[in-house]
Amino acid sequence: MSLHANIPRRYTTDDLPQPSVAIRSAAAAIWNPLNSLLEWFGELGMFIWQVMRSTFRRPFEGLELIRQLDEVGSKSLPMVAMAGAAIGAVLALESRHSLIQFGAKSLLPAAVVFSIIHETGPVITALVVCGRVGAGIGAELGSMKVTEQIDAIEASGVNAYKLLAFTRIVACILMMPLLTLAADFAGIITGWLANTLAEPIAFHKFIHAGFAGTGFSDFLAPTFRTMVFGLIIGVIACFQGMRSQGGTEGVGRSATSAVVLSSLFVMLADVILVKLILVFFP
Amino acid sequence: MMPPVQAPAVKPPKSASGKNLASSASAKPSNAQRASADQANAGPAIIVQGLHKSYGEQKVLNGLNLKVGSGQTVAVLGRSGTGKSVLLRLIIGLQKPDAGTIHIQGQEITSANLEEMNEIRKKMGFLFQHAALYDSLTVEENIAFPLRRHTEMTAAQRSERVQELLASVGMEADLQKMPSDISGGMQKRVGLARALALEPGILLLDEPTAGLDPITSGEIDELILKLQEEREVASIVVTHDLHSAKVIADRIVLLHEGNAVIEGTYDELEKSTDEFVTEFFKRDS
Repeated sequence: MSLHANIPRRYTTDDLPQPSVAIRSAAAAIWNPLNSLLEWFGELGMFIWQVMRSTFRRPFEGLELIRQLDEVGSKSLPMVAMAGAAIGAVLALESRHSLIQFGAKSLLPAAVVFSIIHETGPVITALVVCGRVGAGIGAELGSMKVTEQIDAIEASGVNAYKLLAFTRIVACILMMPLLTLAADFAGIITGWLANTLAEPIAFHKFIHAGFAGTGFSDFLAPTFRTMVFGLIIGVIACFQGMRSQGGTEGVGRSATSAVVLSSLFVMLADVILVKLILVFFP
Repeated sequence: MMPPVQAPAVKPPKSASGKNLASSASAKPSNAQRASADQANAGPAIIVQGLHKSYGEQKVLNGLNLKVGSGQTVAVLGRSGTGKSVLLRLIIGLQKPDAGTIHIQGQEITSANLEEMNEIRKKMGFLFQHAALYDSLTVEENIAFPLRRHTEMTAAQRSERVQELLASVGMEADLQKMPSDISGGMQKRVGLARALALEPGILLLDEPTAGLDPITSGEIDELILKLQEEREVASIVVTHDLHSAKVIADRIVLLHEGNAVIEGTYDELEKSTDEFVTEFFKRDS
């Protein structure tokens, strides 16, 4: 018999009923992503605050802004115009078939123009810019981050938020409506071309019929909605790039997440903005 | 100030152009910069007191104290992960310490906001471990970057100053090259030239000779020695290279577990009986 047989055992917290491994892992599976999500939003808020703080302080980075306007605007123009053109042609071809079935063929120009101006033009432009510009910004800033170039900018007494983020965000905001106009224009032209191939119609008649029921507010609100899309693309891409870590793999992650998240937020914002536009511009 | 360690192995350096780094009147720093340099001469350029920094559970700096006088060069040595580079990043304000204070030329920086910090950073030059040159800019544009941002120089004055700086690091022929087209050693030289562009009173060098062959390392050491001769720059050099530290530093600080184990001249450290110090020197030799 052991010498300690009569000594009463001391109870510790380990003796209390413990949650099972399954419960603990389930709690962790819920909490960890939630925690990461809250952390991401917190960091995004801090990032936006830093950019906003730098907005009204000198220098205004005019040269860099012009460079970014070129990078975001003119270099995206061919791709945006091509996407708009493709959508316009597809819309005309698809709508024509349906409208003929309902005996409303004469409404085709209006259907194409209205659809492009109201929804497809802005959204297609935003998604193309998400892909081209968002990935570019995410990769460029991510690469600068992991190679300490952003640190070098800060170490030389320059506000990196202003020089890198502010200029890119403003360029996205200013260029989005112009790119949307280009996509709309290309879409309407190819819509007319697709329609003309099936049944010839004069361009001025197509335009006249297309814009017959369209007011200025129909055109203005959706186009300026794209400024919000530009803000979202710029902010998300710059944020993902500037928080990049982990070498080349991290740069790849930044570029991918910039595209995925900005596309996601653009679509989310689209739903909200469409509802708001319907309320304020019935 | 402790007397600098004599380095007979290293010859007094000669500028490639024969010009003094601070020779050009057009390239002279502003009055504010000169005033800050005068202020620096009045006391230690850098005072670090009770510096703590942790990353999660990992304690990197644990109450570190350090003083660097104007014109002094202090080499910071230690094993990898002992917070040497973190110390430099805290001094330049790229990260905030958990506790402790840092005074740069009499100004406390840990509580400074971004705008104040940017003003303080103009007094400092920083050479990153991998040079961190802007890869979309040429060598010339890299060096001109701080000049364009913080001085009123004309394009001609800027160009003259850039050429002067590049000549001082022996790179005057590589003005139009991209950083990707030059070697690691050359990138370090360009990084050093960029760090010196605003004629800072304080120079922070993060492993200036790491990854370089012995000859290029010697050339970088020569450059740093030349700076000490020509200008009263307070420098902190983070290095693993004991030979380099012996050549360029007035004092050596050995970090271990987030604190300074020993501080003194190379000879003092070499004679130390401290177990960690003797082990460090033995491994290096």
